[in-house]
Amino acid sequence: MKWSEFFVTGEPLIYAADVAIVLTMIGIVFVLTYFKKWKWLWDEWLTTVDHKKIGVMYIICAVLMLFRGGVDALLMRAQLTAPNMKFLDAQHYNEIFTTHGTIMILFMAMPFIIGLMNIVVPLQIGARDVAFPYLNALSFWLFFFGALLFNISFVIGGSPDAGWTAYFPLAGNEFSHGVGNNYYAVALQISGIGTLMTGINFLVTILKMRAPGMTLMRMPMFTWTILITCVLIIFAFPVLTVALALMTFDRVFGTQFFTMANGGMSMLWANLFWIWGHPEVYIVILPSFGIFSEVVSTFAQKRLFGYKAMVGSIVGIAFLSFIVWVHHFFTMGAGPAVNSAFSITTMAIAIPTGVKVFNWLFTIRKGKIRFTTAMLWSLAFIPNFVIGGVTGVMLAMAAADYQYHNSYFLIAHFHYVLIAGTVFACFAGLHYWYPKMFGHILNERLGKWTFWLFMIGFNVCFFPMYFLGLMGMTRRMYTYSDGLGWTPLNVVATVGAVLMGIGFIVLCYNIYYSARYGERDMTGDPWNGRTLEWATASPPVHYNFPVTPVVEDIDAYWVMKKKYGGFHVKEEDLKPIHMPSNSGRPFWMSVAFFVAGFGLVFKWFALAIAGALFIVLGLILRSFEDDDGYYIPVDEIKRMERAARKGA
Amino acid sequence: MGANSHQESFPWKHIIGFLLSLVLTFAALWVALSSGLPLKAVIGIIVLFAVIQASLQLFMFMHVNESDSGRMQTFNMMYSFFIAVVVVAGSIWVMQFVL
Ligand code: HEM
Ligand SMILES: [Cu+2]
Repeated sequence: MKWSEFFVTGEPLIYAADVAIVLTMIGIVFVLTYFKKWKWLWDEWLTTVDHKKIGVMYIICAVLMLFRGGVDALLMRAQLTAPNMKFLDAQHYNEIFTTHGTIMILFMAMPFIIGLMNIVVPLQIGARDVAFPYLNALSFWLFFFGALLFNISFVIGGSPDAGWTAYFPLAGNEFSHGVGNNYYAVALQISGIGTLMTGINFLVTILKMRAPGMTLMRMPMFTWTILITCVLIIFAFPVLTVALALMTFDRVFGTQFFTMANGGMSMLWANLFWIWGHPEVYIVILPSFGIFSEVVSTFAQKRLFGYKAMVGSIVGIAFLSFIVWVHHFFTMGAGPAVNSAFSITTMAIAIPTGVKVFNWLFTIRKGKIRFTTAMLWSLAFIPNFVIGGVTGVMLAMAAADYQYHNSYFLIAHFHYVLIAGTVFACFAGLHYWYPKMFGHILNERLGKWTFWLFMIGFNVCFFPMYFLGLMGMTRRMYTYSDGLGWTPLNVVATVGAVLMGIGFIVLCYNIYYSARYGERDMTGDPWNGRTLEWATASPPVHYNFPVTPVVEDIDAYWVMKKKYGGFHVKEEDLKPIHMPSNSGRPFWMSVAFFVAGFGLVFKWFALAIAGALFIVLGLILRSFEDDDGYYIPVDEIKRMERAARKGA
Repeated sequence: MGANSHQESFPWKHIIGFLLSLVLTFAALWVALSSGLPLKAVIGIIVLFAVIQASLQLFMFMHVNESDSGRMQTFNMMYSFFIAVVVVAGSIWVMQFVL
């Protein structure tokens, strides 16, 4: 490989990005050195096993990736604003929609959700950390280095360009030379292993570490959705792991699993991809349902309507989500029997989803509603998501799908469910739990600006796309000719995208503004919350609860407040608290994964083997490690509790 | 997560499980690459080896029989089995048109 191929050359946009990356890195190194923060970074963050800090790191990464994916989106919208634009060429457009889709789903939506669940779930169930804190750190760093590997592709070696679905034979060696799709296979593999471990970790945490009295049917709804999401992760991700491994073998070692020649079966990739892919979209939507349930019931100041029906419908959706995958390729030609069966199972999902929508509406009904930013996102979610859902049922009819398939109608549909579902939920959850994470409230006025700009922009951008699709515009086309009648709606869509971009900038400003001037949360319970996370200080002391709370009903903290006026801790009840020790190994092992992955991408096998050896070394060291954590003495707890509750 | 009541001084179970897994894996490799048996027989034998190895690991590494939450385990196994059937039989059914 020549150096001129190693670095991506020839595009002014890429050179600008090169400069920006180098400057940012110099800036970060300078700031850390100037303020002598290296040790702080290592001790407090890189080696931490605290679920709250890991959650914060996930969310920071997710917001950065939202920026990256958003820039990709704006570039695409710029290119499509008018016919025959020369802003991006075909190859560049291919790379951008591929990285946009992959990053938004795997490196934005997933980590945002996983970040929120890291912060909230242990608090909601009254636990001190997750079941396997060390593993949790490893999950995060694997995700981080997987995402890093994927992101450097656009300046080193070239981006993947076969779509976020990477369909064979296009993604195979027969049609895609270069290293782009190797990045896809290896980076997704590394972060996917992290996700799988997160699924196991939180399943065990929720099943085994709930506070006394919290039966399954008393769990907060967010925790319920995470439990079921973990089941989905555990059963869906292995399919991706295997499919990506086969892809890597095909691309790097020349096997013929998905090739066209020599008995390969290229369409099997699509089949395997969607066996994982459909549960995957539920992995990002179920937790969103959980977030909306929490927010709606808090700000309608009522218990969630139909708790049991909610639980039942989550379980039903999760069950169905494994038997619908063919709806992504009705047009591949599997025949009427297969298509009809999967058409019916797909439409059936609308039933439990409809149940949930009605439950939210009944929760709001006659509630004393407080229109906070988090609540606005949740209220807007309902009608917008319904538009996405109804068009989903339209796509589910196999015969009709031959018309809609891979048109802008589909693009509009899945952005309506992914943005109005997952992204709205992430923003709602961010505003709602922000005081728990950082001890201050995000400014409400700026929050509402973000909400209106983004929500209106979203509809202006994507609603016209339904019609563009019906007018014949297909997805992944990099330009179109004049005189098709598509231009006006495309201009409108781009205006909407810009509005969303402005909304995002206001959000970033809000984060800065609130850190400096935001209202501090001294009570730990700024929203008059209902679940146990609000019984802790904001931000919680690192052991979360000085004594384990006892749960008497759904909405445990609400009941405590009504019965006992809050969560009271008597100093004589305190006992030494057992906590896990920090470790630097998850970090350097993930670096080893990154190095091994980079070697695989470029087929530099010596490097790949060296990285793999370090991974094995990490496993061995961990196996023989004898560290049972440490105890915090009672005096220390007393001191920390007084400090945390100052002002309360 | 409380201490394991079945703590042994040396993890014999794991070592034996590991060695048996290696044996089964290499046996499957040998059957597939150099046994010279007909294709159908090869597939049958390696599937058998795979099932044996999966159950071996359940007992040696995953302690299925050491847990106190039997109902959860049964449910879990049944669900795994269901998903396995959906993935394998479903894929064969769906991909029939190119097989
Ligand atoms: C923030 C505003 C967003 C805008 C303006 C936007 C715009 C677009 C555009 C223009 C395309 C390409 C259409 C094509 O040429 O085929 C696209 C594709 C896609 N978007 Fe977005 N998008 C946004 C957010 C999101 C989010 C939040 C997600 C996921 C959580 C997402 C997931 C996808 C996926 C999966 C694709 C398909 C990529 C492919 O064809 O391989 N987008 N988006
Ligand atoms: Cu689907």
